[in-house]
Amino acid sequence: MGGWFSEASNWWFLLIAVFIAFSALRVVTATNVVHSALFLVGALAGTAGLFLLLGAQFVAWVLVLVYIGAVIVLFLFGIMITRAPTGPKVEVDNPRRGFAATAAILTFAVMVYSSVSAFGHMEVTTVGTGTATDLIGSQLMGRFVLPFEAVSFVLLAALVGGVTLARKDTARDETDEGGTA
Amino acid sequence: MVFAAEEVMVHATDGGWLAQWAWLIVVAPFVAMVAIVFFGKRMPRKGGEVAVGAMGFVFVYAAALLILNITKGVIYQHSIQVAQLGNVSVEWGWVVDGLSTMMYFVVGILSFLVFTYAIGYMKGDVRETWFFAAFSLFVGSMLVLVSAPNLIQLIVGWEGVGLSSYLLIGHYWEEKENSSAGMKAFYTNKIADVGLIIGAIVLGTAVGSFRYSDILDAAASNSSVLVPVAVLGGVLLFIGAMGKSAQFPFHVWLPDAMAGPTPVSSLMHAATMVTAGVYLVARMYPLYAGMASDMRVLIVIIGTVTLLIAGLLAIVQDDLKRVLAYSTVSQLGYMVAALGAGGYTAGLFHLWTHAFFKGLLFLTAGSIIHAVHSNNMSDMGGLRKQMPVTFWSFTSASLALVAIIPFAGFFSKDEILATLGNNGYTWAMWIGILGAFITAFYMGRAMFLTFFGSYKGEAHVHESPGVMAVPMAILAVASLIAGWVNIPGVYEGFHHWVTGRAIAFPSFSTEGFDVPVMLTGLGFALAGIIVAYFVYFRDAETQQARDRVRIPVLWPLLEHKYYLDDLYLATLINPIKGPIARAVNWTNSYIIDGIVNGAGVVARILARFVYGDLDQKGIDLAVNTAAIVTGSAGGQARRLQTGKVQQYAAMTVAGAVLLVIAIVIFT
Amino acid sequence: MSLVQFLVLGAFMFSLGVYGLLVRRNAVMVLLAIELMLNAVNLNLIAFEAALRTTFAGGQIFAIFAITVAAAEVGIGLAIVLLIFRNRRSVNVDELDVMRW
Repeated sequence: MGGWFSEASNWWFLLIAVFIAFSALRVVTATNVVHSALFLVGALAGTAGLFLLLGAQFVAWVLVLVYIGAVIVLFLFGIMITRAPTGPKVEVDNPRRGFAATAAILTFAVMVYSSVSAFGHMEVTTVGTGTATDLIGSQLMGRFVLPFEAVSFVLLAALVGGVTLARKDTARDETDEGGTA
Repeated sequence: MVFAAEEVMVHATDGGWLAQWAWLIVVAPFVAMVAIVFFGKRMPRKGGEVAVGAMGFVFVYAAALLILNITKGVIYQHSIQVAQLGNVSVEWGWVVDGLSTMMYFVVGILSFLVFTYAIGYMKGDVRETWFFAAFSLFVGSMLVLVSAPNLIQLIVGWEGVGLSSYLLIGHYWEEKENSSAGMKAFYTNKIADVGLIIGAIVLGTAVGSFRYSDILDAAASNSSVLVPVAVLGGVLLFIGAMGKSAQFPFHVWLPDAMAGPTPVSSLMHAATMVTAGVYLVARMYPLYAGMASDMRVLIVIIGTVTLLIAGLLAIVQDDLKRVLAYSTVSQLGYMVAALGAGGYTAGLFHLWTHAFFKGLLFLTAGSIIHAVHSNNMSDMGGLRKQMPVTFWSFTSASLALVAIIPFAGFFSKDEILATLGNNGYTWAMWIGILGAFITAFYMGRAMFLTFFGSYKGEAHVHESPGVMAVPMAILAVASLIAGWVNIPGVYEGFHHWVTGRAIAFPSFSTEGFDVPVMLTGLGFALAGIIVAYFVYFRDAETQQARDRVRIPVLWPLLEHKYYLDDLYLATLINPIKGPIARAVNWTNSYIIDGIVNGAGVVARILARFVYGDLDQKGIDLAVNTAAIVTGSAGGQARRLQTGKVQQYAAMTVAGAVLLVIAIVIFT
Repeated sequence: MSLVQFLVLGAFMFSLGVYGLLVRRNAVMVLLAIELMLNAVNLNLIAFEAALRTTFAGGQIFAIFAITVAAAEVGIGLAIVLLIFRNRRSVNVDELDVMRW
């Protein structure tokens, strides 16, 4: 254990890990949904830092750009539109908390155990040996071009689907203004 | 003085196509019967036309065969095997020879004339179509009997005749006594038929074949297989013949058979049924003449006894038809006695002439009864002016029966008496002569009571219509001339006809004119008529005349028919009807029915158990329980489907976690 | 740095995501928990890639793909939540139980 603390990167890791842990915890325990979303931002930011620590710079900034920049914004839009009720009397959790906690703890235990028993001996390379972006580019366009194209179709489908789902039907709007189903 | 007798000559052809197609004679009445059954009701004469047409065909064909036999002679037989039962070959066929052609002709002409008569007589009857159908069956069965080339077919025809006679005698079965008369005829014949069937079996199995030709060949050649059974077979066959030909003691059915319609009585007594027994003895004659000759005495005795007692019974009858019935029995006795004494031709000749005049007598009786609406002579009288045709026909037939020259019966009866006398049966001959007296007496009585004196009834009397009168007239002529076919010394055609047979008869000859016997017979007959005249004609009106004849002991005995019927009733009928029948009934009801019912009860109990316990409570319970359990399980299981996605997710997570834990632990 | 520490952290985030998925009533919060889980997965991918860089260098590519797909999924998911909100005026997942027995 002493050897672990001697590495500077481990200190950085510890710092960021605590931050992530706290944020993640607050994501699932916050009463206000906006708070929950903002704590998710924190968790995502911490994860980006860890990516930098691991030498995956491109992915880290992609995370920041896409996730925090677009996805969370999307979430906030969704929160705003759906206008969940807030206040001290509102119950955000359902009565299943005990069961869910048990399930989560069990999940954690199993995963930890298997990870430790399988990969306990492996080491991770440090910052100095980070991946060059052009390497990622050539990999993406070379070896992984097929999944790349497929994912672009997925994005197209999601785009079209999202627009279709969420648009206001003009004909229906004229008949019943803002009515429920 | 005896005129010369001629030897038997048998020369014949095989008959050509006429004999080959002779089976049509046998088939025609049956075809008529079927046609009448199906179409008779719609015809104007209710099927009578078809019947008469068929009988006409039979008559014409039989006449052709007779002419063929007279001119050229024919001996032909044809058999078809229809079954093989072990060693016995059952065959069906037809015979055309001298005896058969004579019988065909007698049956044919009498059937044709009686059927024509019946169209008039049965008009408006309650069952006219059925009558003609049964009547056709009657004639058809007789033809089967007569045409048979073997004993088995003879028995088939015999039984057919018995059946149809039962149907016809009981035609008016609404009256109990008529159906009882039919049954009496059937039972009496059936008892005698036991003898016939056993005799046929005995002879047939001894020889190995039932064909006449085989049996008579064996008899004529004194074959050793036949030696032990010849006499027995002869006796048994004769017992069968006694039944059909109403010989004592089997004669009791014949008078009661008068319950049937008169055309039936006429045909039955003249040609069809009662002659079957005589025919059988005649057919088996080589057996009787040769190996079974020891029993011929028996035949003569029975024939003689029959002719005497029946003749006496005829005297006391008030019913006209019964007089004629007993007369028939008596004449049959003559025929049988003649055959027994060796008079083959004599017996058959009397059968021939008797057919004509007795058939006519019954037709005239029917004509009278039709007009007077009563059978009893005490309701008749003085009818000769209103019914001339009937009267003269009756007279012609009576003279023939009484055997007055030159009528038919004279020649035949005289030949019988001569036969009896010349073959050593002199006692029988004298009884026959006495019988002639008695015959004349009762026929004279009948005639005087019916046609002379004053009319004692109330009906409107008229002559019968043409369709009835013409057959009577024809037969009246026949009664005169039928005997002229066998006048010894002048023309002996009949003798030649009937001896044209496949087996040459051993040492057989016909009788010539025995003048003393002839004159004695004639004298007695005339005496009978004269006595009857004095008793019944002159003083017919007064009761005193009738009472004078009532000899104290003899008359009641005769009126009660010698108490024979009472004897049969007490010894045979009542024991069977009473105790035996009751015992059988008890066995049936309690034992046999008990077993059957018991089986039914057991089955019911078993079924109830299976249904109630096994099925309802056992199997159904199991099945229903399974269904209920499944249903409730399903009902509980569906509660998992809450519709809440988070819950589904929870369950999925739980399951996945547990699975992973399990994998981790066990690997 | 040891690999395990990243994996443990990832497991922690994932478990929290599971908890949030099962517990939250608001549909948007459920989606947030799902994002948390996806994030944990990305962390795992990058960590393994860092550990196996000489042998197999595709982990980062996978992570990019995962992010992309997650983004698409969020877009659709929020569209659906929007529709539900329009129809029922509420985003409480407990009330979405029409398809029940």
